[in-house]
Amino acid sequence: MGNHSDGSPNHSGTVATAGQNDVEKFQDPGLPPHRLRLADTDPRAAKRAERQVAILFGISVIGTVIFLVSYFAIDLGQDSTIATIRTQNLLLGLGTAFAMLGIGTGIVHWAKALMPDHEVSEERHAIRAEEDRQAAVRIVEDIVEETGIKRRPLIRNTLLGAVALAPLPALAVFGDLGPRPDDKLAHTMWAPQDGKLKRLTRDPDGTPIKASDVTIGSAFHVIPEGLNELQEGKLNAKAKAVVLLMRLNPDDLTISKGRETWSYNGIVAYSKICTHVGCPVALYEQQTHHLLCPCHQSTFDLTKECKVIFGPASRPLPQLPIAVDAEGYLVATSDFKEPVGPSYWERDEHERLINS
Amino acid sequence: MKALSQKRRHPLAAIALLLLGLLVTGGLYAVATTVNQAKADTTTFSANDTQEGAKLFAANCATCHGMGASGTKDAPSLVGVGAAAVDFQVGTGRMPMQMNGPQAQEKPRQFNDEQTKQLAAYVASLGAGPAIPDASLLDEKGNAAKGGELFRVNCAMCHNAAAAGGALTRGKFAPALAGVSGQHIYEAMVTGPQNMPVFNDANISPEGKRDIITFLKTIEANGSPGGNDLGSLGPVSEGLFVWVAGLGVIIAFTIWLTSRTS
Repeated sequence: MGNHSDGSPNHSGTVATAGQNDVEKFQDPGLPPHRLRLADTDPRAAKRAERQVAILFGISVIGTVIFLVSYFAIDLGQDSTIATIRTQNLLLGLGTAFAMLGIGTGIVHWAKALMPDHEVSEERHAIRAEEDRQAAVRIVEDIVEETGIKRRPLIRNTLLGAVALAPLPALAVFGDLGPRPDDKLAHTMWAPQDGKLKRLTRDPDGTPIKASDVTIGSAFHVIPEGLNELQEGKLNAKAKAVVLLMRLNPDDLTISKGRETWSYNGIVAYSKICTHVGCPVALYEQQTHHLLCPCHQSTFDLTKECKVIFGPASRPLPQLPIAVDAEGYLVATSDFKEPVGPSYWERDEHERLINS
Repeated sequence: MKALSQKRRHPLAAIALLLLGLLVTGGLYAVATTVNQAKADTTTFSANDTQEGAKLFAANCATCHGMGASGTKDAPSLVGVGAAAVDFQVGTGRMPMQMNGPQAQEKPRQFNDEQTKQLAAYVASLGAGPAIPDASLLDEKGNAAKGGELFRVNCAMCHNAAAAGGALTRGKFAPALAGVSGQHIYEAMVTGPQNMPVFNDANISPEGKRDIITFLKTIEANGSPGGNDLGSLGPVSEGLFVWVAGLGVIIAFTIWLTSRTS
C-alpha cells in the first residue's frame, strides 16, 4: 500500500509547523494478519469439514430420491383425493428444495472451509479523467468529420426522416392490441331476445326460479337463461350478468319513482358486481338488509335501492327490473338501465344511450 | 433418561422430535374426528315431548320470546320457525342467548339432547316450519364436487372458500364450518339463523344440501397435508409468514455466506 494522498485542501499551515507536513495524518493499518482456519491447522477438523460437505451432497441425493419416489410411487388414480395431490405436491417441493439446497450449501461450505484461502489484494487503477474525456471528444469529432454529415444535408435529413418514421409500425401494432370494448360493457345477457323476456335461473344449474320459490329471507344467486348453453364468451357474459335475488318484507322497501314495477312482492334483483372495482357483492345479511362487498367493505342498503352506506363504492348497485311470466317464473323485463360494474371512461355516454 | 439427555444435541434429534410431533398431532386429530361423528337422532316427537317442551320454554325462553312464543320487542316470534331452527339454535348453544350483541355466539349448550328435542317438539307444534333433516341427507355420501360448486356459489363469499369463516358488517361474522355437525349445517341452510339468508329446498335441493355437507366434511377430513394452513385466511396470514420466516431464512443464508469459517 502506497502513501495515502490527502485529497482535502491543505489547511495544515494553520496548525502545523514546517516539516510536519510530510507526516501522515492517519497511519495506514494495512491488512489484518491472515488467520488460518481450523481446517488448515487441524487435520481432524479438515476431515470433519469434508464429512459435512459430503453429508450436504448426500442430502441433495436424498432430496432427488424423494422427488422421484413421490412422483412415481404416489398413485393419483381413482382412490386419490385432493389430499393425495397436495401430499404429492408437498413431497415434490421438499424433494426439489433439498436437492438444490444440498448442492448449493455443500459447495459453499466446501469453498469456505476447505479450499485454499489466499488473500489477494488488488490495487486500484489511477483515474485518468482528462485524457479519457479528450479521447472521447476526438472520436466523436472523427465520426462527424469522416461521415461528412455536416457537408451532406441530404443524407442527414433523409436519415432523420427514416428514424422518425421507423417507430410507426410499432404504434400500429400496439394500437391494435385487442379490440376496443366499445359498448360491450353497457349491455348484458338480460336484454330481451326477439321480444322474449329472459328468465332468472339458478347459478350454477341454470334452472328457472318461480316467484313462489323465493321465501322471505332467501337469497338466490342468479344467472340469465341460456348462459350455460353459450359456446364462447361464457365467462365474460356471466361476469356482467350475475345477479343476487332476495326477498324481504315489501313494507321494508323504499321504492323511488319510476321503479315501482321493478320488483315483485318484495322480491328484488340487483347486479352482483360492485360499483367500486367489480368484486362480487354477495354477502347478504337478511336481518339488516345490508349487502357487503368482501374486497373493500363497501356496504349497500337493500331497503334503499342499494344506496352506498359505507365504503369506497360511489354508486348504488344497478337494479334489474323483474316481473313474473304466465307460468309463474321470474323474468327480467329489460336489461339493466345503467352499465354494471365499476366506472369506465365512456360510462356516462352509455348511460345516456341506454335511457334515451 | 440420562442417555436421552445426552443425545439431545445429536444432529438427528430435531428430525426425531419433528416426527414425534407429527405422529402425536395426527393421532389426536384422528381421535377428535371420530368423537365428532357421534350425534343424536331427534326426528320423531311424542305428545309428551311437546308438553315437556312447553314447560321448558316457559321457564327458559318465554322471558324474551313471550308466552306461546309469540315474540316481544326483544326477540322474534317463533311461530313457524320449525324444529330445525330450535335444534340449531339450542343445539349449538346460541340460545338461550348469553347477552345482547351483534350476534348470538356459539357456546357450550345449556340443554341436553332430550331437552333440545322437547323444545323443538313444542316450537314445531306452534306452526309448520322446517323439520329436523332426515339422517339419509346427512350421511356425507353425496357428490363432493357438486357440493363444492354449490358451496362456492352460495356460501363461500361469507364463509370463506375453505369454510374458515369471515367478517360481516358491524361486528357480525360468518363462523368457520369445521367441526360443525352435518345436521346443524343443514338446519342453518333451511332456517337462515340470524343474518344468514335462507336457502330453502327450492333454492338448493335437499340433495344439493347433502352434497354441500359432503364437500365440507371432505375438505375437513383432508386436512392440510402441506403443514399448518395458517387459518386458511389467504394473503394476510400467509404473507406475514413469508415475510417473517421466508425472509428470515434468506437473511440467515446471506449471513452464513459472507461469514468466515472458524
